[in-house]
Amino acid sequence: MKVLVPVKRVVDYNVKVRVKADNSGVELANVKMSMNPFDEIAVEEAVRLKEAGTATEVVVVSIGPKQAQETIRTGLAMGGDRGILVEYDAETEPLAVAKLLKAIAAEENPDLVVLGKQAIDDDCSQTGQMLAQLLGWSQGTFASKVTPGDGTVDVTREIDGGLETIQLKMPAVVTADLRLNEPRYASLPNIMKAKKKEIAMKTPADYGVDMTPRLSTERVEEPPERQAGVMVESVSDLVAALKEKGAL
Amino acid sequence: MAVLVIAENTNDELKDATLSAVTAAQAFGGDVHVLVAGSGCAPVADQAAKIAGVAKVLLADDPAYDHGLAEALSALVISLADGYDQLVTPAGTMGKNFMPRVAAALDVAQVSEAVEIVDANTFKRPIYAGNAIATVKSSDAKKVVTIRPTSFDKAPGEGGSAAVEPVAKVDAPALSSFISQELNESDRPDLSSADVIISGGRALGSAENFEIIERLADKLGAAVGASRAAVDAGFVPNDYQVGQTGKIVAPKLYIAVGISGAIQHLAGMKDSKIIVAINKDEEAPIFQVADYGLVADLFEAVPELEKQIG
Ligand SMILES: Cc1cc2nc3c(=O)[nH]c(=O)nc-3n(C[C@H](O)[C@H](O)[C@H](O)COP(=O)(O)OP(=O)(O)OC[C@H]3O[C@@H](n4cnc5c(N)ncnc54)[C@H](O)[C@@H]3O)c2cc1C
Repeated sequence: MKVLVPVKRVVDYNVKVRVKADNSGVELANVKMSMNPFDEIAVEEAVRLKEAGTATEVVVVSIGPKQAQETIRTGLAMGGDRGILVEYDAETEPLAVAKLLKAIAAEENPDLVVLGKQAIDDDCSQTGQMLAQLLGWSQGTFASKVTPGDGTVDVTREIDGGLETIQLKMPAVVTADLRLNEPRYASLPNIMKAKKKEIAMKTPADYGVDMTPRLSTERVEEPPERQAGVMVESVSDLVAALKEKGAL
Repeated sequence: MAVLVIAENTNDELKDATLSAVTAAQAFGGDVHVLVAGSGCAPVADQAAKIAGVAKVLLADDPAYDHGLAEALSALVISLADGYDQLVTPAGTMGKNFMPRVAAALDVAQVSEAVEIVDANTFKRPIYAGNAIATVKSSDAKKVVTIRPTSFDKAPGEGGSAAVEPVAKVDAPALSSFISQELNESDRPDLSSADVIISGGRALGSAENFEIIERLADKLGAAVGASRAAVDAGFVPNDYQVGQTGKIVAPKLYIAVGISGAIQHLAGMKDSKIIVAINKDEEAPIFQVADYGLVADLFEAVPELEKQIG
Protein backbone atom coordinates (compact mmCIF):
# COMPACT_ATOMS: atom_id res chain seq x y z
CA MET A 1 0.00 0.00 0.00
CA LYS A 2 1.28 3.41 -0.97
CA VAL A 3 0.55 6.49 1.11
CA LEU A 4 0.69 10.09 -0.08
CA VAL A 5 1.07 12.76 2.61
CA PRO A 6 0.57 16.40 1.59
CA VAL A 7 2.19 18.86 4.01
CA LYS A 8 2.04 22.66 4.29
CA ARG A 9 4.65 25.11 5.49
CA VAL A 10 2.93 27.54 7.88
CA VAL A 11 3.75 30.04 10.62
CA ASP A 12 4.79 28.04 13.69
CA TYR A 13 1.90 27.45 16.08
CA ASN A 14 3.72 29.20 18.93
CA VAL A 15 3.96 32.49 17.04
CA LYS A 16 1.36 35.13 17.77
CA VAL A 17 0.92 36.68 14.34
CA ARG A 18 0.68 40.43 13.85
CA VAL A 19 -1.39 42.22 11.27
CA LYS A 20 0.64 44.43 8.92
CA ALA A 21 0.29 48.16 9.42
CA ASP A 22 -1.22 48.59 5.94
CA ASN A 23 -3.84 45.87 6.63
CA SER A 24 -2.76 43.90 3.57
CA GLY A 25 -2.05 40.69 5.48
CA VAL A 26 -0.10 39.37 8.44
CA GLU A 27 3.60 39.92 9.05
CA LEU A 28 5.50 36.92 7.69
CA ALA A 29 9.02 38.40 7.49
CA ASN A 30 11.40 36.84 10.03
CA VAL A 31 8.69 34.68 11.51
CA LYS A 32 9.40 31.08 12.44
CA MET A 33 7.86 28.65 9.95
CA SER A 34 7.14 24.96 10.56
CA MET A 35 5.16 22.06 9.22
CA ASN A 36 1.45 22.48 9.90
CA PRO A 37 0.95 20.51 13.16
CA PHE A 38 -1.93 18.45 11.73
CA ASP A 39 0.27 17.46 8.80
CA GLU A 40 2.92 16.24 11.23
CA ILE A 41 0.29 13.96 12.68
CA ALA A 42 -0.53 12.79 9.14
CA VAL A 43 3.14 12.01 8.42
CA GLU A 44 3.44 10.15 11.71
CA GLU A 45 0.39 8.03 10.89
CA ALA A 46 1.75 7.15 7.44
CA VAL A 47 5.16 6.25 8.87
CA ARG A 48 3.52 4.05 11.51
CA LEU A 49 1.60 2.25 8.76
CA LYS A 50 4.93 1.62 7.07
CA GLU A 51 6.56 0.42 10.27
CA ALA A 52 3.62 -1.93 10.81
CA GLY A 53 4.24 -3.41 7.38
CA THR A 54 0.93 -2.14 5.99
CA ALA A 55 2.36 0.65 3.85
CA THR A 56 5.20 0.07 1.43
CA GLU A 57 6.04 3.64 0.52
CA VAL A 58 5.35 7.07 2.00
CA VAL A 59 5.57 10.01 -0.40
CA VAL A 60 5.60 13.51 1.14
CA VAL A 61 4.24 16.29 -1.08
CA SER A 62 4.17 20.04 -0.59
CA ILE A 63 2.91 22.95 -2.61
CA GLY A 64 4.71 26.13 -1.63
CA PRO A 65 7.87 28.20 -1.94
CA LYS A 66 11.38 26.75 -2.31
CA GLN A 67 11.73 26.74 1.49
CA ALA A 68 8.94 24.18 1.68
CA GLN A 69 11.72 21.71 0.81
CA GLU A 70 12.67 21.97 4.49
CA THR A 71 9.12 21.03 5.42
CA ILE A 72 9.33 17.99 3.16
CA ARG A 73 12.75 17.13 4.65
CA THR A 74 11.13 17.15 8.10
CA GLY A 75 8.66 14.58 6.83
CA LEU A 76 11.45 12.53 5.28
CA ALA A 77 13.40 12.65 8.55
CA MET A 78 10.33 11.30 10.33
CA GLY A 79 10.35 8.33 7.97
CA GLY A 80 8.95 9.41 4.59
CA ASP A 81 10.66 7.79 1.57
CA ARG A 82 10.76 10.59 -0.98
CA GLY A 83 9.30 14.01 -1.67
CA ILE A 84 7.63 16.09 -4.34
CA LEU A 85 7.64 19.88 -4.19
CA VAL A 86 5.34 21.83 -6.46
CA GLU A 87 6.98 25.21 -6.31
CA TYR A 88 4.60 28.11 -5.99
CA ASP A 89 5.43 31.36 -4.19
CA ALA A 90 2.10 33.08 -3.69
CA GLU A 91 -0.64 32.12 -1.26
CA THR A 92 -2.40 28.90 -2.18
CA GLU A 93 -6.12 28.17 -2.04
CA PRO A 94 -7.43 24.72 -1.07
CA LEU A 95 -9.24 24.22 -4.40
CA ALA A 96 -6.07 24.74 -6.46
CA VAL A 97 -4.06 22.59 -4.04
CA ALA A 98 -6.66 19.82 -4.32
CA LYS A 99 -6.41 20.00 -8.13
CA LEU A 100 -2.63 19.63 -7.96
CA LEU A 101 -2.92 16.74 -5.53
CA LYS A 102 -5.43 15.06 -7.82
CA ALA A 103 -2.92 15.28 -10.68
CA ILE A 104 -0.15 13.91 -8.44
CA ALA A 105 -2.41 11.10 -7.27
CA ALA A 106 -3.05 10.20 -10.91
CA GLU A 107 0.72 9.73 -11.38
CA GLU A 108 1.50 8.11 -8.05
CA ASN A 109 -1.59 5.90 -7.60
CA PRO A 110 -1.63 5.95 -3.80
CA ASP A 111 -4.08 3.77 -1.88
CA LEU A 112 -4.38 6.32 0.85
CA VAL A 113 -3.86 10.07 1.06
CA VAL A 114 -3.44 11.24 4.65
CA LEU A 115 -3.39 14.97 5.37
CA GLY A 116 -4.04 17.36 8.24
CA LYS A 117 -7.66 18.29 8.96
CA GLN A 118 -6.85 21.98 8.62
CA ALA A 119 -3.92 24.31 8.16
CA ILE A 120 -3.40 26.63 11.10
CA ASP A 121 -2.77 29.68 8.89
CA ASP A 122 -5.95 29.99 6.82
CA ASP A 123 -7.96 27.57 9.05
CA CYS A 124 -9.95 26.48 5.98
CA SER A 125 -10.37 22.73 6.58
CA GLN A 126 -11.14 22.00 2.92
CA THR A 127 -8.26 20.41 1.04
CA GLY A 128 -8.80 16.75 1.94
CA GLN A 129 -12.52 16.83 1.29
CA MET A 130 -12.06 18.65 -2.03
CA LEU A 131 -9.42 16.16 -3.10
CA ALA A 132 -11.71 13.24 -2.25
CA GLN A 133 -14.49 14.78 -4.34
CA LEU A 134 -12.24 15.52 -7.32
CA LEU A 135 -10.90 11.95 -7.26
CA GLY A 136 -14.33 10.41 -6.62
CA TRP A 137 -12.94 8.76 -3.48
CA SER A 138 -14.31 8.20 -0.01
CA GLN A 139 -13.19 10.35 2.90
CA GLY A 140 -12.66 10.03 6.62
CA THR A 141 -12.18 13.48 8.12
CA PHE A 142 -11.07 14.46 11.66
CA ALA A 143 -9.62 11.01 12.26
CA SER A 144 -8.56 9.92 15.73
CA LYS A 145 -8.02 6.28 14.73
CA VAL A 146 -7.15 4.65 11.40
CA THR A 147 -7.32 0.87 10.98
CA PRO A 148 -6.61 -0.51 7.51
CA GLY A 149 -8.37 -3.73 6.49
CA ASP A 150 -8.56 -5.66 3.24
CA GLY A 151 -9.25 -3.03 0.60
CA THR A 152 -10.93 -0.91 3.24
CA VAL A 153 -9.94 1.34 6.09
CA ASP A 154 -11.88 1.97 9.30
CA VAL A 155 -11.72 5.54 10.52
CA THR A 156 -12.86 6.80 13.91
CA ARG A 157 -13.83 10.45 13.59
CA GLU A 158 -14.08 13.21 16.19
CA ILE A 159 -17.51 14.75 15.65
CA ASP A 160 -19.50 17.39 17.54
CA GLY A 161 -21.38 14.85 19.65
CA GLY A 162 -18.55 12.41 20.33
CA LEU A 163 -16.98 9.75 18.13
CA GLU A 164 -18.12 7.98 14.98
CA THR A 165 -16.53 5.05 13.17
CA ILE A 166 -17.00 4.59 9.44
CA GLN A 167 -15.55 2.20 6.90
CA LEU A 168 -14.05 3.57 3.70
CA LYS A 169 -13.38 1.71 0.47
CA MET A 170 -9.84 2.29 -0.63
CA PRO A 171 -8.44 4.33 -2.28
CA ALA A 172 -9.45 6.91 0.29
CA VAL A 173 -8.60 10.28 1.79
CA VAL A 174 -8.12 10.60 5.55
CA THR A 175 -7.65 13.88 7.44
CA ALA A 176 -5.87 13.78 10.79
CA ASP A 177 -7.19 15.25 14.02
CA LEU A 178 -5.12 16.03 17.12
CA ARG A 179 -5.58 12.73 18.92
CA LEU A 180 -4.67 10.40 16.05
CA ASN A 181 -1.13 10.07 17.40
CA GLU A 182 1.74 12.00 18.91
CA PRO A 183 4.28 12.80 16.21
CA ARG A 184 7.88 11.77 16.86
CA TYR A 185 10.88 14.06 16.86
CA ALA A 186 13.26 13.04 14.10
CA SER A 187 16.58 11.72 15.39
CA LEU A 188 19.84 13.28 14.23
CA PRO A 189 20.85 10.22 12.16
CA ASN A 190 17.43 10.27 10.48
CA ILE A 191 17.76 13.98 9.77
CA MET A 192 21.12 13.25 8.11
CA LYS A 193 19.65 10.37 6.13
CA ALA A 194 16.75 12.54 4.98
CA LYS A 195 19.20 14.93 3.31
CA LYS A 196 20.00 12.21 0.79
CA LYS A 197 16.40 11.35 0.01
CA GLU A 198 15.05 12.48 -3.33
CA ILE A 199 12.75 15.50 -3.70
CA ALA A 200 11.31 15.95 -7.20
CA MET A 201 10.89 19.60 -8.13
CA LYS A 202 7.75 20.50 -10.07
CA THR A 203 5.63 23.52 -10.97
CA PRO A 204 1.85 23.95 -11.25
CA ALA A 205 2.33 24.21 -15.03
CA ASP A 206 3.69 20.64 -15.07
CA TYR A 207 0.24 19.53 -13.97
CA GLY A 208 -1.69 22.10 -16.00
CA VAL A 209 -3.35 23.58 -12.93
CA ASP A 210 -4.42 27.22 -12.88
CA MET A 211 -3.51 28.68 -9.48
CA THR A 212 -5.38 31.98 -9.89
CA PRO A 213 -7.09 32.65 -6.54
CA ARG A 214 -10.87 32.83 -6.48
CA LEU A 215 -10.93 34.81 -3.26
CA SER A 216 -9.11 38.10 -3.08
CA THR A 217 -8.11 39.41 0.31
CA GLU A 218 -9.40 42.94 0.56
CA ARG A 219 -8.24 43.67 4.07
CA VAL A 220 -6.83 41.97 7.14
CA GLU A 221 -7.43 43.47 10.56
CA GLU A 222 -6.91 42.74 14.22
CA PRO A 223 -9.89 41.19 15.96
CA PRO A 224 -11.69 43.51 18.37
CA GLU A 225 -9.61 43.90 21.55
CA ARG A 226 -11.17 42.87 24.83
CA GLN A 227 -11.34 45.58 27.48
CA ALA A 228 -8.84 44.98 30.27
CA GLY A 229 -10.54 43.26 33.19
CA VAL A 230 -10.03 43.36 36.93
CA MET A 231 -8.44 40.98 39.39
CA VAL A 232 -10.62 39.99 42.32
CA GLU A 233 -9.21 39.05 45.72
CA SER A 234 -11.48 36.21 46.71
CA VAL A 235 -14.29 33.91 45.69
CA SER A 236 -16.76 36.16 47.56
CA ASP A 237 -15.60 39.18 45.57
CA LEU A 238 -15.98 37.18 42.37
CA VAL A 239 -19.51 36.09 43.23
CA ALA A 240 -20.43 39.67 44.20
CA ALA A 241 -19.03 41.05 40.94
CA LEU A 242 -20.84 38.46 38.81
CA LYS A 243 -24.10 39.05 40.68
CA GLU A 244 -23.77 42.78 40.12
CA LYS A 245 -23.34 42.14 36.39
CA GLY A 246 -26.39 39.89 36.42
CA ALA A 247 -24.23 37.00 35.25
CA LEU A 248 -25.15 34.72 38.14
CA MET B 1 -32.49 33.40 -7.00
CA ALA B 2 -32.83 31.65 -3.69
CA VAL B 3 -30.31 30.66 -1.02
CA LEU B 4 -30.08 27.04 0.09
CA VAL B 5 -29.32 26.41 3.75
CA ILE B 6 -28.28 22.85 4.47
CA ALA B 7 -29.61 22.13 7.96
CA GLU B 8 -27.47 20.68 10.70
CA ASN B 9 -29.68 18.03 12.20
CA THR B 10 -29.99 14.56 13.62
CA ASN B 11 -32.92 12.43 12.51
CA ASP B 12 -35.10 13.87 15.22
CA GLU B 13 -33.70 17.26 16.03
CA LEU B 14 -32.84 20.46 14.20
CA LYS B 15 -29.65 21.96 15.64
CA ASP B 16 -29.72 25.61 16.71
CA ALA B 17 -26.77 26.29 14.42
CA THR B 18 -29.24 25.99 11.52
CA LEU B 19 -31.12 29.03 12.88
CA SER B 20 -27.90 31.05 12.73
CA ALA B 21 -27.29 29.84 9.19
CA VAL B 22 -30.76 31.05 8.18
CA THR B 23 -29.95 34.52 9.54
CA ALA B 24 -26.67 34.51 7.62
CA ALA B 25 -28.45 33.37 4.45
CA GLN B 26 -30.93 36.23 4.70
CA ALA B 27 -28.05 38.65 4.23
CA PHE B 28 -27.91 37.58 0.56
CA GLY B 29 -31.39 38.94 0.00
CA GLY B 30 -33.06 36.03 -1.81
CA ASP B 31 -35.66 33.50 -0.64
CA VAL B 32 -34.22 31.10 1.93
CA HIS B 33 -34.82 27.37 1.42
CA VAL B 34 -33.72 24.78 3.96
CA LEU B 35 -32.63 21.26 3.06
CA VAL B 36 -33.20 18.64 5.75
CA ALA B 37 -31.52 15.31 5.00
CA GLY B 38 -31.68 12.21 7.14
CA SER B 39 -33.62 9.03 7.69
CA GLY B 40 -37.02 9.28 9.32
CA CYS B 41 -36.37 13.01 9.68
CA ALA B 42 -39.79 14.35 8.61
CA PRO B 43 -40.42 15.89 12.07
CA VAL B 44 -37.20 17.89 11.63
CA ALA B 45 -38.49 19.25 8.33
CA ASP B 46 -41.67 20.36 10.09
CA GLN B 47 -39.53 22.11 12.64
CA ALA B 48 -37.52 23.82 9.87
CA ALA B 49 -40.76 24.94 8.19
CA LYS B 50 -41.60 26.96 11.29
CA ILE B 51 -38.40 29.01 11.21
CA ALA B 52 -39.30 32.64 10.56
CA GLY B 53 -38.14 33.76 7.13
CA VAL B 54 -37.88 30.34 5.51
CA ALA B 55 -39.77 30.11 2.19
CA LYS B 56 -39.44 26.39 1.49
CA VAL B 57 -38.15 23.22 3.09
CA LEU B 58 -36.69 20.38 1.04
CA LEU B 59 -36.90 17.01 2.73
CA ALA B 60 -34.56 14.20 1.68
CA ASP B 61 -35.72 11.33 3.85
CA ASP B 62 -33.83 8.16 2.96
CA PRO B 63 -31.67 5.57 4.72
CA ALA B 64 -28.79 6.80 2.52
CA TYR B 65 -28.72 10.01 4.58
CA ASP B 66 -29.01 8.35 7.97
CA HIS B 67 -25.58 9.25 9.30
CA GLY B 68 -24.78 12.21 7.11
CA LEU B 69 -22.01 10.41 5.24
CA ALA B 70 -20.13 13.03 3.25
CA GLU B 71 -20.24 11.24 -0.11
CA ALA B 72 -24.02 10.77 -0.11
CA LEU B 73 -24.89 14.14 1.38
CA SER B 74 -22.62 16.10 -0.95
CA ALA B 75 -24.03 14.26 -3.99
CA LEU B 76 -27.52 15.34 -2.89
CA VAL B 77 -26.53 18.97 -2.39
CA ILE B 78 -24.63 19.06 -5.69
CA SER B 79 -27.75 17.82 -7.50
CA LEU B 80 -29.74 20.73 -6.06
CA ALA B 81 -27.09 23.40 -6.58
CA ASP B 82 -28.30 24.49 -10.04
CA GLY B 83 -31.29 26.20 -8.51
CA TYR B 84 -29.31 28.35 -6.10
CA ASP B 85 -26.79 31.18 -6.14
CA GLN B 86 -25.63 30.59 -2.60
CA LEU B 87 -25.24 27.48 -0.47
CA VAL B 88 -24.83 28.00 3.27
CA THR B 89 -24.33 25.62 6.19
CA PRO B 90 -23.02 25.89 9.76
CA ALA B 91 -19.32 25.19 10.26
CA GLY B 92 -19.85 22.24 12.60
CA THR B 93 -18.21 18.89 12.01
CA MET B 94 -21.08 17.96 9.66
CA GLY B 95 -20.78 21.05 7.46
CA LYS B 96 -16.99 20.95 7.47
CA ASN B 97 -17.20 17.35 6.32
CA PHE B 98 -19.47 17.55 3.27
CA MET B 99 -19.43 21.19 2.15
CA PRO B 100 -15.91 21.32 0.61
CA ARG B 101 -16.92 18.38 -1.61
CA VAL B 102 -19.80 20.49 -2.91
CA ALA B 103 -17.48 23.43 -3.55
CA ALA B 104 -14.98 21.24 -5.40
CA ALA B 105 -17.69 19.69 -7.57
CA LEU B 106 -18.96 23.17 -8.50
CA ASP B 107 -15.38 24.40 -9.03
CA VAL B 108 -15.88 27.11 -6.42
CA ALA B 109 -13.63 28.29 -3.57
CA GLN B 110 -15.44 27.66 -0.30
CA VAL B 111 -15.58 30.50 2.21
CA SER B 112 -14.99 28.73 5.54
CA GLU B 113 -16.37 29.95 8.89
CA ALA B 114 -17.68 33.31 7.75
CA VAL B 115 -18.36 35.59 10.71
CA GLU B 116 -19.95 38.35 8.62
CA ILE B 117 -21.63 38.55 5.21
CA VAL B 118 -20.56 42.04 4.13
CA ASP B 119 -22.33 41.86 0.76
CA ALA B 120 -23.21 39.12 -1.72
CA ASN B 121 -19.55 38.70 -2.71
CA THR B 122 -17.67 39.80 0.40
CA PHE B 123 -17.15 37.97 3.66
CA LYS B 124 -15.22 38.34 6.89
CA ARG B 125 -13.55 35.26 8.30
CA PRO B 126 -11.02 34.58 11.04
CA ILE B 127 -7.55 33.34 10.11
CA TYR B 128 -4.56 32.34 12.28
CA ALA B 129 -6.71 31.05 15.13
CA GLY B 130 -8.72 34.25 15.13
CA ASN B 131 -5.68 36.48 15.60
CA ALA B 132 -6.64 38.24 12.40
CA ILE B 133 -9.89 38.79 10.54
CA ALA B 134 -9.69 38.71 6.75
CA THR B 135 -12.18 40.37 4.43
CA VAL B 136 -12.31 38.24 1.30
CA LYS B 137 -14.10 38.86 -1.98
CA SER B 138 -15.22 35.93 -4.06
CA SER B 139 -15.10 35.99 -7.85
CA ASP B 140 -17.04 32.75 -8.19
CA ALA B 141 -20.55 32.89 -9.65
CA LYS B 142 -21.92 30.58 -6.96
CA LYS B 143 -21.04 30.99 -3.31
CA VAL B 144 -20.38 28.05 -1.03
CA VAL B 145 -20.15 29.29 2.54
CA THR B 146 -19.89 27.75 5.98
CA ILE B 147 -20.78 30.15 8.78
CA ARG B 148 -19.66 30.37 12.38
CA PRO B 149 -22.94 30.01 14.31
CA THR B 150 -21.86 32.14 17.27
CA SER B 151 -21.43 35.13 14.95
CA PHE B 152 -25.04 35.23 13.74
CA ASP B 153 -28.23 35.66 15.75
CA LYS B 154 -30.59 32.73 15.69
CA ALA B 155 -33.60 33.19 13.42
CA PRO B 156 -36.81 32.73 15.45
CA GLY B 157 -37.75 29.04 15.50
CA GLU B 158 -41.45 29.92 15.37
CA GLY B 159 -43.53 32.08 13.09
CA GLY B 160 -42.82 30.57 9.68
CA SER B 161 -45.10 28.25 7.73
CA ALA B 162 -43.05 27.07 4.78
CA ALA B 163 -44.16 24.24 2.52
CA VAL B 164 -42.24 20.97 2.86
CA GLU B 165 -41.32 19.45 -0.49
CA PRO B 166 -39.81 15.98 -0.72
CA VAL B 167 -36.69 15.49 -2.82
CA ALA B 168 -35.65 12.10 -4.14
CA LYS B 169 -32.50 10.31 -3.14
CA VAL B 170 -29.56 10.90 -5.47
CA ASP B 171 -27.66 7.82 -6.54
CA ALA B 172 -24.07 7.92 -5.43
CA PRO B 173 -21.52 5.11 -5.27
CA ALA B 174 -21.43 3.60 -1.78
CA LEU B 175 -17.85 4.52 -0.94
CA SER B 176 -18.22 4.60 2.82
CA SER B 177 -20.45 3.02 5.40
CA PHE B 178 -21.38 3.73 8.99
CA ILE B 179 -20.12 1.28 11.60
CA SER B 180 -20.76 2.75 15.04
CA GLN B 181 -20.90 5.86 17.14
CA GLU B 182 -20.22 6.80 20.72
CA LEU B 183 -22.22 9.89 21.46
CA ASN B 184 -21.82 11.54 24.82
CA GLU B 185 -25.31 11.82 26.23
CA SER B 186 -25.69 14.43 28.90
CA ASP B 187 -28.47 16.32 30.62
CA ARG B 188 -26.35 19.44 30.60
CA PRO B 189 -26.92 22.15 28.00
CA ASP B 190 -25.16 21.82 24.65
CA LEU B 191 -21.70 23.40 24.66
CA SER B 192 -22.27 25.30 21.43
CA SER B 193 -25.46 27.00 22.60
CA ALA B 194 -25.13 27.21 26.41
CA ASP B 195 -25.44 30.54 28.24
CA VAL B 196 -22.86 29.52 30.83
CA ILE B 197 -19.81 27.33 30.30
CA ILE B 198 -17.27 26.10 32.81
CA SER B 199 -14.10 24.72 31.31
CA GLY B 200 -11.31 22.84 33.02
CA GLY B 201 -7.71 22.42 31.97
CA ARG B 202 -4.71 20.24 32.56
CA ALA B 203 -4.51 21.46 36.16
CA LEU B 204 -7.50 19.29 37.11
CA GLY B 205 -5.13 16.35 36.99
CA SER B 206 -7.58 13.47 36.55
CA ALA B 207 -11.08 12.50 35.46
CA GLU B 208 -12.08 12.13 39.13
CA ASN B 209 -10.87 15.62 39.95
CA PHE B 210 -12.71 16.97 36.93
CA GLU B 211 -15.94 16.15 38.75
CA ILE B 212 -15.59 19.34 40.78
CA ILE B 213 -16.03 21.24 37.50
CA GLU B 214 -19.06 19.13 36.60
CA ARG B 215 -20.64 19.66 40.02
CA LEU B 216 -20.25 23.41 39.73
CA ALA B 217 -21.68 23.27 36.21
CA ASP B 218 -24.74 21.40 37.42
CA LYS B 219 -25.31 23.96 40.12
CA LEU B 220 -25.17 26.75 37.54
CA GLY B 221 -27.06 24.89 34.81
CA ALA B 222 -23.91 25.29 32.75
CA ALA B 223 -22.25 23.28 29.99
CA VAL B 224 -18.82 21.75 30.59
CA GLY B 225 -15.86 22.46 28.33
CA ALA B 226 -12.16 21.66 28.44
CA SER B 227 -8.78 22.57 27.03
CA ARG B 228 -7.04 20.28 24.60
CA ALA B 229 -4.64 19.21 27.34
CA ALA B 230 -7.54 17.99 29.50
CA VAL B 231 -9.03 16.06 26.58
CA ASP B 232 -5.69 14.59 25.50
CA ALA B 233 -5.11 13.41 29.06
CA GLY B 234 -8.46 11.62 28.97
CA PHE B 235 -10.16 13.61 31.76
CA VAL B 236 -13.14 14.28 29.46
CA PRO B 237 -14.37 13.22 25.98
CA ASN B 238 -13.14 14.86 22.77
CA ASP B 239 -16.31 16.81 22.13
CA TYR B 240 -15.66 18.94 25.24
CA GLN B 241 -12.68 20.63 23.59
CA VAL B 242 -12.99 24.38 23.14
CA GLY B 243 -10.62 26.14 20.77
CA GLN B 244 -9.24 26.70 17.31
CA THR B 245 -9.68 23.05 16.47
CA GLY B 246 -12.49 22.20 18.85
CA LYS B 247 -15.75 24.02 19.50
CA ILE B 248 -16.15 27.75 19.07
CA VAL B 249 -18.30 29.10 21.86
CA ALA B 250 -19.60 32.53 22.89
CA PRO B 251 -21.69 32.13 26.04
CA LYS B 252 -22.80 34.95 28.34
CA LEU B 253 -20.41 33.63 30.96
CA TYR B 254 -17.27 31.52 30.43
CA ILE B 255 -15.34 30.33 33.46
CA ALA B 256 -11.85 28.98 32.67
CA VAL B 257 -10.42 26.91 35.50
CA GLY B 258 -6.78 25.81 35.51
CA ILE B 259 -6.38 26.76 31.84
CA SER B 260 -3.29 28.75 30.84
CA GLY B 261 -4.86 30.56 27.87
CA ALA B 262 -2.88 29.34 24.84
CA ILE B 263 -3.87 31.15 21.63
CA GLN B 264 -5.49 27.97 20.35
CA HIS B 265 -7.78 27.89 23.38
CA LEU B 266 -8.53 31.63 23.27
CA ALA B 267 -9.55 31.22 19.62
CA GLY B 268 -12.55 29.22 20.78
CA MET B 269 -13.86 31.37 23.61
CA LYS B 270 -12.68 34.95 23.44
CA ASP B 271 -15.98 36.18 22.02
CA SER B 272 -17.72 35.18 25.26
CA LYS B 273 -19.55 38.06 26.93
CA ILE B 274 -17.97 37.72 30.37
CA ILE B 275 -14.82 35.69 30.94
CA VAL B 276 -13.73 34.56 34.38
CA ALA B 277 -10.34 32.93 34.92
CA ILE B 278 -9.22 30.99 37.97
CA ASN B 279 -5.52 30.15 37.87
CA LYS B 280 -2.82 29.95 40.49
CA ASP B 281 -0.26 31.62 38.23
CA GLU B 282 -0.83 35.36 38.12
CA GLU B 283 1.19 35.50 34.88
CA ALA B 284 -1.12 33.08 33.03
CA PRO B 285 -2.10 34.59 29.65
CA ILE B 286 -5.77 33.73 30.26
CA PHE B 287 -5.90 36.75 32.60
CA GLN B 288 -5.26 39.05 29.63
CA VAL B 289 -8.67 38.24 28.19
CA ALA B 290 -10.51 37.78 31.50
CA ASP B 291 -13.03 40.32 32.78
CA TYR B 292 -12.57 38.87 36.25
CA GLY B 293 -9.41 37.09 37.30
CA LEU B 294 -8.85 35.19 40.51
CA VAL B 295 -5.37 34.01 41.43
CA ALA B 296 -6.10 30.93 43.51
CA ASP B 297 -5.69 27.20 43.81
CA LEU B 298 -8.64 25.79 41.92
CA PHE B 299 -9.06 22.93 44.37
CA GLU B 300 -9.97 25.52 47.01
CA ALA B 301 -11.67 28.11 44.82
CA VAL B 302 -14.04 25.84 42.87
CA PRO B 303 -15.66 24.10 45.89
CA GLU B 304 -15.90 27.49 47.59
CA LEU B 305 -17.59 28.95 44.52
CA GLU B 306 -20.02 26.05 44.46
CA LYS B 307 -20.84 26.67 48.11
CA GLN B 308 -21.33 30.40 47.71
CA ILE B 309 -23.59 30.07 44.70
CA GLY B 310 -25.57 27.64 46.80
C1 LIG C 1 -2.44 22.45 16.20
C2 LIG C 1 -2.85 22.72 17.59
C3 LIG C 1 -4.19 22.88 17.87
C4 LIG C 1 -4.62 23.09 19.17
N1 LIG C 1 -5.95 23.26 19.41
C5 LIG C 1 -6.37 23.51 20.67
C6 LIG C 1 -7.75 23.71 20.97
O1 LIG C 1 -8.63 23.66 20.11
N2 LIG C 1 -8.10 23.96 22.27
C7 LIG C 1 -7.18 24.03 23.29
O2 LIG C 1 -7.56 24.24 24.44
N3 LIG C 1 -5.88 23.83 23.02
C8 LIG C 1 -5.45 23.57 21.75
N4 LIG C 1 -4.12 23.35 21.53
C9 LIG C 1 -3.21 23.22 22.67
C10 LIG C 1 -2.76 24.52 23.28
O3 LIG C 1 -1.64 25.01 22.58
C11 LIG C 1 -2.36 24.30 24.76
O4 LIG C 1 -1.36 23.32 24.82
C12 LIG C 1 -3.52 23.85 25.66
O5 LIG C 1 -4.63 24.71 25.47
C13 LIG C 1 -3.07 23.88 27.10
O6 LIG C 1 -4.09 23.38 27.93
P1 LIG C 1 -4.18 23.87 29.47
O7 LIG C 1 -4.31 25.33 29.51
O8 LIG C 1 -5.21 23.04 30.10
O9 LIG C 1 -2.78 23.36 30.04
P2 LIG C 1 -1.51 24.20 30.54
O10 LIG C 1 -1.04 25.12 29.49
O11 LIG C 1 -0.56 23.22 31.08
O12 LIG C 1 -2.08 25.10 31.71
C14 LIG C 1 -2.45 24.63 32.94
C15 LIG C 1 -2.72 25.85 33.80
O13 LIG C 1 -3.22 25.44 35.04
C16 LIG C 1 -2.66 26.27 36.05
N5 LIG C 1 -2.71 25.51 37.31
C17 LIG C 1 -1.98 24.41 37.66
N6 LIG C 1 -2.36 23.96 38.87
C18 LIG C 1 -3.36 24.76 39.30
C19 LIG C 1 -4.16 24.80 40.46
N7 LIG C 1 -4.03 23.88 41.42
N8 LIG C 1 -5.08 25.77 40.58
C20 LIG C 1 -5.23 26.71 39.60
N9 LIG C 1 -4.51 26.71 38.47
C21 LIG C 1 -3.58 25.75 38.31
C22 LIG C 1 -1.28 26.58 35.59
O14 LIG C 1 -0.82 27.77 36.17
C23 LIG C 1 -1.48 26.70 34.07
O15 LIG C 1 -1.75 28.04 33.71
C24 LIG C 1 -3.67 23.15 20.22
C25 LIG C 1 -2.33 23.01 19.92
C26 LIG C 1 -1.92 22.79 18.63
C27 LIG C 1 -0.46 22.64 18.36
